[in-house]
Amino acid sequence: MTTQSDKTVNKEDAKQLLASTDIAVIGGGVVGCAVARRMALEGASVVLIEKGPDILEGASKGNSAILHTGFDAPQGSLEWECVQKGYQEYLDIHKSFNLPLLKTSALIAAWTEEQEEKFPAIMKKGYDNGVTDLSLLSRTEVLKSEPNLGPDLRAAIRVPREYVIDPWSTPLAYLQQAIENGGQALFNAEVTGGAFDGNTWVLNTKRGQVKASYVVNCAGLYGDILDNSALGHSEFTIKPRKGQFVIFDMAASRLLKTIILPVPTERTKGIVLFPTIFGNITVGPTAEDQDGRDDASVDEDNLKALHTQAIEKIPALANIPITATYAGIRPATEKKEYQIVEDSDRNWITLGGIRSTGLTSALGLARHVHDLLQQQGAQFKALKSPSIPMLPNLAEHLPRDYETPGYGEIVCHCEMVTKREIDAVMEGPIPAGSLGGLKRRTRVTMGRCQGFYCSARLAEITQGKLSEPLGVEDE
Amino acid sequence: MNNTLKRDNCDVAIIGAGPAGLAAATALKKAGIESVVVLEREAEAGGIPRHCAHPPYGIREFKRILSGPSYAKKLVDEARNSGVFIALRSTVTKLEQGGHLTISSPEGMKELTAKRVIIATGIRETPRSARLVSGDRAMGICNTGTLQSMFYLKEMIPFRRPAIIGTEIVSFSALSTCKKAGIQPVAMIEEAQQPTIRWPIYHAARLFGVPLFVNTRVAKILGKDRVSAIQVADTNQTIREIPCDGVLFTGQFTPESTLARMSHLELDFRTGSPVVDSFGRCSDPTYFAAGNVLQSTNKPMHVPFYYKQDNLPQSVDVAGTCWHEGKVTGEWIANDLLSQQPSPPEKDK
Ligand SMILES: Cc1cc2nc3c(=O)[nH]c(=O)nc-3n(C[C@H](O)[C@H](O)[C@H](O)COP(=O)(O)OP(=O)(O)OC[C@H]3O[C@@H](n4cnc5c(N)ncnc54)[C@H](O)[C@@H]3O)c2cc1C
Ligand SMILES: Cc1cc2nc3c(=O)[nH]c(=O)nc-3n(C[C@H](O)[C@H](O)[C@H](O)COP(=O)(O)OP(=O)(O)OC[C@H]3O[C@@H](n4cnc5c(N)ncnc54)[C@H](O)[C@@H]3O)c2cc1C
Repeated sequence: MTTQSDKTVNKEDAKQLLASTDIAVIGGGVVGCAVARRMALEGASVVLIEKGPDILEGASKGNSAILHTGFDAPQGSLEWECVQKGYQEYLDIHKSFNLPLLKTSALIAAWTEEQEEKFPAIMKKGYDNGVTDLSLLSRTEVLKSEPNLGPDLRAAIRVPREYVIDPWSTPLAYLQQAIENGGQALFNAEVTGGAFDGNTWVLNTKRGQVKASYVVNCAGLYGDILDNSALGHSEFTIKPRKGQFVIFDMAASRLLKTIILPVPTERTKGIVLFPTIFGNITVGPTAEDQDGRDDASVDEDNLKALHTQAIEKIPALANIPITATYAGIRPATEKKEYQIVEDSDRNWITLGGIRSTGLTSALGLARHVHDLLQQQGAQFKALKSPSIPMLPNLAEHLPRDYETPGYGEIVCHCEMVTKREIDAVMEGPIPAGSLGGLKRRTRVTMGRCQGFYCSARLAEITQGKLSEPLGVEDE
Repeated sequence: MNNTLKRDNCDVAIIGAGPAGLAAATALKKAGIESVVVLEREAEAGGIPRHCAHPPYGIREFKRILSGPSYAKKLVDEARNSGVFIALRSTVTKLEQGGHLTISSPEGMKELTAKRVIIATGIRETPRSARLVSGDRAMGICNTGTLQSMFYLKEMIPFRRPAIIGTEIVSFSALSTCKKAGIQPVAMIEEAQQPTIRWPIYHAARLFGVPLFVNTRVAKILGKDRVSAIQVADTNQTIREIPCDGVLFTGQFTPESTLARMSHLELDFRTGSPVVDSFGRCSDPTYFAAGNVLQSTNKPMHVPFYYKQDNLPQSVDVAGTCWHEGKVTGEWIANDLLSQQPSPPEKDK
């Protein structure tokens, strides 16, 4: 059951008890959704509390959607372990959820001699990390599979098992499974603080109170702030790091089939060129430290620089129009490692600083949370045959709804989104709370015209249903 | 009326029921071509004029001054009365060699093979994203086409006090749509020294009480959920903030030529239109293009920044010109088809 989009919050409601559960998961990013799922499957009663009108309004809104093998993860780290586990579990479960997998593989490309010199070290690190299927390709070998790469290419390391997934349907599927198996989700319910009486947490949210035996802080970019307000201190400080992207028109999909990774530096994974699950080619992300935790604005200079870099790597992209631009914010901290902090006296776990691999590692992190809770003495009885939601397919390489009769009408012509898909989402178990949420569930208005043709119809269909409507009230 | 496509072959298939497509279809029928099918993805035929509820339309075609919607209706009626079949909610998704089309419709996927195909898919404005404008991605940012279709077709408005970007002819339409809808624009912003279309913009801006800023560019859009302001910069890079609740990006037309771009047809990358000869014939001679989807280099338009071809005048053809181009193309194809050996009649399925 979900409760949603109450825009005006009554003051008296603040004391109202909204839920009383074993586990409260704070934050509806990919990590929170995965934790909610895992704990529901383990038989706990779960509530996910999100401050926004929908899930994925923070760091998980904009990423590269790559399912990482962890070949370059910090050795022996918890991040490496969670990436491995998360990767494997995704491969195990994705088909049953109808979640897509685009088997792109990746090429770590060297464009300078200096970069090529780093290859042995990268190969060794990969081997040490258990990614033993890396192979070295000469320029000629690379061009055989990717003939559109630019003249400066020297050589590449092939990473056969780096894949592309759907960044938004994936967490949605996790939360949907939690809900189908007895979980609950609360939106527009920012947690402002709480108290622990030795047994139970009483969390104060903007909509009312939630009681829970255990709390998992998955507040992403606000993880430290939440720890401060509920525990009185935080072991880390979030240092938001923005990543901007430029998306090329679908016509670019002919030019590239593989993820093109740069030779990584200490600080970031660097600028990547990658196919998306929706049939585009994207270049990004930048890595810009900033103060704003919500500032996902884009800027012309960086976008132009990305565009130029993309064309250097694939010259034919110069002839392809730009479809969209976006930015995501990594919840980085002053440290490189994930910040998994346990306050076992107070039944509280914080999953902080899940910086740049969270989409992959989320399922692994969720298992880790279950392990920690068990160590803390929590006991649940795992569900014998949990129900599994089937997600509508948005991937371009698989059959889409517009190819099946009875869809009513096509609303978004660029991304070929049908009325039937939109209706299903608006009436579904976790209805879209914002236009962003509707985009992430259907692809509507994400294409080349950015709503030029369909916004009028969309405004009509979604009237009264989104936190921020397409059509404003007449005065 | 029956709008559902039931056949899998025809003489000429036309993609897009705007002025160009409808004119071509009507001309083909009038010239004696047997089966002429127009494929239109919307629920209603007529193209852009459906939501341009202002005159002057129709002077060239009907010797009368009409509003967009009545003009569109007249074109549609004329085509139907001539025996043109207009298939609605029929989105062409793929063009292949030999006039082979794939179509998505609510009844399912369809295939249609035509002896000749005319691409008449029109033109649209460049959205904010492709202009790489800095700032937040908030609600209330759109193009004139969206404003018009929202207001004239759905009686809704996307903002109350927008900043208008651009001073092309369509920006003038935007002003008048705002006026009709009770929207009060807070500013009109033009990067060049002069408005693109001088007289009406100066006049209209004054008439509607909208301050016009030339030599000024949008530096940043601000707003968390909805637009709250824009920052503009003048030539000295002095920044000024203008509170507003929306940003209307007008003009910078770009052809709606995806189908061609994704196909085997040769494309003029500078304009984004298929390459055609003097008859409107594409690199695959089964295919033609007409109307505003066709922007030849001697009919220049907005060129994206990455082509580094600055200072090309922006232009878009008015409906009457597109109509005329469609008509001429239709007549030429009819002539060509009729002068060839008649092929054995094919039975409808
Ligand atoms: C540019 C970029 C590229 C990336 N590429 C990849 C990739 O290719 N592959 C990969 O695996 N990973 C990638 N990542 C990493 C991945 O996106 C992140 O690790 C992940 O999104 C972090 O999720 P989260 O759930 O921890 O945080 P978030 O998504 O920020 O979720 C936290 C949620 O908590 C809510 N919240 C905050 N405070 C409160 C409160 N007080 N009360 C209630 N709710 C609250 C927020 O609204 C938010 O929804 C990338 C990240 C970025 C930014
Ligand atoms: C916002 C805006 C305002 C304008 N205002 C004016 C004005 O006031 N006066 C004026 O003279 N001109 C105006 N124009 C110019 C306009 O382009 C022409 O008036 C005229 O509509 C062009 O005719 P057309 O047939 O080439 O294209 P359109 O009228 O655009 O028609 C193209 C048709 O093709 C359809 N289509 C596209 N792709 C497919 C597909 N894959 N499958 C099936 N159908 C498809 C579309 O739905 C549409 O109906 C305006 C243009 C815009 C964008």
